[in-house]
Amino acid sequence: MQTDPSLLRDSVLAQPISHLFLLVGIVMAAILLLVTVLVLYVSFRYRSDGVSVMPQQEFGRTSLEILWTVGPVLILVFIFAATIHAMKESDPGFAANQQPDLVIVAHQWWWEARYVKSGVIAANEIHLPVGKRLFVRLESADVIHDWWVPQLGRKMDAVPGHPNFLWLEADSPGFYSGTCAEYCGAEHAWMRIGVIAEGEPTFEHWAQHQLEVPSQLPTGSDAAQGAQLFQQFTCGNCHTIGGTSFRGKIGPDLTHIGSRLTLAAGRFQNTPANLAHWLTDPQAVKPDSHMPNFQLSDAQVRQLTAYLETLQ
Amino acid sequence: MSDVPYMPQMPATSDHVGATVEHEKAGLLGWVATVDHKRIGILYLLTSLVFFGAGGIEALLMRIQLARPNNSFLSPGAYNQIFTMHGTTMIFLVAMPALTGMANYLVPLMIGAKDVAFPRLNAFSFWLLAFGGLFLYFSFIAGGAPAAGWFSYAPLSEQPYSSTTGVDYYAIGLFVLGMGSIAAAINLIVTIAGFRAVGLTIRRLPLFVWMVMVTQVLILLALPALNASLSMLLIDRLMNGHFFVTDSGGSALLWQHFFWAFGHPEVYIVVLPAFGMISEVIPVFSRKVIYGYEFVAASTVAIAVLSFLVWAHHMFAVGLGHSIDVVFAVGSMLIAVPTGVKIFNWIATMWGGSIRFTTSMLFATGFLVMFTIGGLSGISFAAFPIDWQVTDTYYLVAHLHYVLFGGTVFAIFAGVYYWFPKISGRMLSERLGKIHFWLMLVGFNMTFMVQHFMGLIGMPRRVFTYPDLPGWAALNMTSTIGAVIMGIAVAIFLWNLIVSFVTGEPAGNNPWDAWTLEWSTTSPPPAHNFDLLPPIRSRRPLWDLAHPEDPDWKHGH
Repeated sequence: MQTDPSLLRDSVLAQPISHLFLLVGIVMAAILLLVTVLVLYVSFRYRSDGVSVMPQQEFGRTSLEILWTVGPVLILVFIFAATIHAMKESDPGFAANQQPDLVIVAHQWWWEARYVKSGVIAANEIHLPVGKRLFVRLESADVIHDWWVPQLGRKMDAVPGHPNFLWLEADSPGFYSGTCAEYCGAEHAWMRIGVIAEGEPTFEHWAQHQLEVPSQLPTGSDAAQGAQLFQQFTCGNCHTIGGTSFRGKIGPDLTHIGSRLTLAAGRFQNTPANLAHWLTDPQAVKPDSHMPNFQLSDAQVRQLTAYLETLQ
Repeated sequence: MSDVPYMPQMPATSDHVGATVEHEKAGLLGWVATVDHKRIGILYLLTSLVFFGAGGIEALLMRIQLARPNNSFLSPGAYNQIFTMHGTTMIFLVAMPALTGMANYLVPLMIGAKDVAFPRLNAFSFWLLAFGGLFLYFSFIAGGAPAAGWFSYAPLSEQPYSSTTGVDYYAIGLFVLGMGSIAAAINLIVTIAGFRAVGLTIRRLPLFVWMVMVTQVLILLALPALNASLSMLLIDRLMNGHFFVTDSGGSALLWQHFFWAFGHPEVYIVVLPAFGMISEVIPVFSRKVIYGYEFVAASTVAIAVLSFLVWAHHMFAVGLGHSIDVVFAVGSMLIAVPTGVKIFNWIATMWGGSIRFTTSMLFATGFLVMFTIGGLSGISFAAFPIDWQVTDTYYLVAHLHYVLFGGTVFAIFAGVYYWFPKISGRMLSERLGKIHFWLMLVGFNMTFMVQHFMGLIGMPRRVFTYPDLPGWAALNMTSTIGAVIMGIAVAIFLWNLIVSFVTGEPAGNNPWDAWTLEWSTTSPPPAHNFDLLPPIRSRRPLWDLAHPEDPDWKHGH
């Protein structure tokens, strides 16, 4: 999961922006070089040698003023043209009645993804079929957040009461690391995004699996005890588990939590030990997150962990 | 016009001015009760210095927390309060008071006046600042400082998501500061418009005064927008209003439009007077008249006008649509043109000069390159698809610090080394000054140059910690070490101020052989500023006095 989200390795919608950045960067570097060389030149060439001879007083020359006004204007016209080109390439338009393929809802501090056609619901890790351009509606459940996966293209704010739209496409399989990029409160740092791009068959297989509901648990097992505790501690008020009566919408859907790579929006890897740690004291792991500390005993933690681990 | 020196022209309403300056009290009460623009200017500068210490310590705490990935030196709650207070402090309690303080001290001296137009209002403005600042900092012990960022975006800043009183302290504190700034702006505008010495026409004004004048107009137009939006935020928070509460029909984007309608002019409010100081320092130490005076002054006005037309370039990522993005990109790119005009005129002033690299001139020269870096990275944001990638990352943190630190703060250092002799009567140590400059230049670039790369490899800003992704730890550690070097440089600067105030070489009236009116009086100036003024027939009256064979007015300037 720890992949370098550098802008320099990029996908199809990110490429025009990288190219624009390269172009603008070269122009800016050239101007900076010019200014630096001029400043260094005058600093050394016209440094006072201690003998106080008053230099010739020059009040200015209009021709030079015109030169360094018109010159930058021409450079900016060029950059502006490149900007418009990159805008169209990296953020293609869409029809007014275009229906989204994927709805992403930002929450303090995690991401919810709803695949409109299949009905799959995922959290924090978003699976994409490689080479297919998905139309995304971006919403917020509370404050302003920002969707940003650098290698896949532009960032876009998730604004409450103001849904935004963007295209999402990965052109090669892999894990793309991203993050919330608008300050959204205490745990803004741990609101990371993982995008998993995979071939169409693998993606379809994943989607099919996500639609399955958990099977019956053997009675008397730790997992069955854990399911009891899940009810007893009213976890279902916030979390949904498919095929059960737990239908909460505040926190992430846990129907397939066992199949996720990370816990608590990228805070750490999804291992039974980390899950147990999280259940024991969520406020130590992710202070101020909305997951309360239920003061569970070690046995209760073990049983709940066993239950959640069955939700593959 | 005769060459006989004459008294400064005093306006008909100046009786109370004369009365107040003659009755200055001694001791602490003298400072608390003062209405002398020079003392008030010094109070502004000292207040700015104190808060610079506070904001600097906040910055160091943040850099310590970010030195290593997954660090736990600060809790997220503490970190978020500290970064909010760092930004708010540096803008409202450091940059603005430092520049207002400089203007307060220098403008009457540079225009040959006895004081500002409304001395009592001037004292009132300062005390609003002092108490507004204390009020804001009181929040730390009143249940927690604001933690919604200096920009306080709704609905995060609203009651459901910021339930401590921090944001209330922020809103009321900034409201009070805003009133002080508006009053000071009115005072300075009237002073410059009506209290200039005979002969000092608008076209002969020193460029610092020019830029202060333009800045005050910006303050007068921009700060009310902030105060209005702060009032709306308070109505939301304390009286269950709905301006920005999205759950009950308010608009989150409305706050952003209001805030940046103030916020972008604000950038120029804290940059233009810095340009003004650079425009005084570079000619004097290059031994040449400013190159292209009219163009430097006119480009200031151009920047001021454009600054009101670019606010939505802070909002390219909120989804306003391509057509709006394009309009604001055009305005933002245009600002580069008058800014470039200034840079080239300053370099042309140095060209062919006989440059004395005092500490002041070193900072001014450093400013030229550092500010250019900030200006150029600014253009990459105006090319807004780049903004769609790098806004709200460390690339932006780097950009804004090259503008506000490499620009404004370097210029303020240049100004302090230049005018400290006038204010205190003593020279700052050049030896300490040069150590200060070189440490600052190295530390500053080490801290912020690497932050460009952090942003480009995906590190968002305003995070209290970060995962251990490839390259992140090394870049962050470099930045932290740079910040420590900056801290040492600031400590040396403070030491220099203290030592030189006590044992510095006496300055005399005009240690730099400068040409504007403030250098014609004693250092420090008497309460009434001038006994005699030289004749003012050009932009450089003291040059004319020293070079009767080649006065500026013979060239028509």
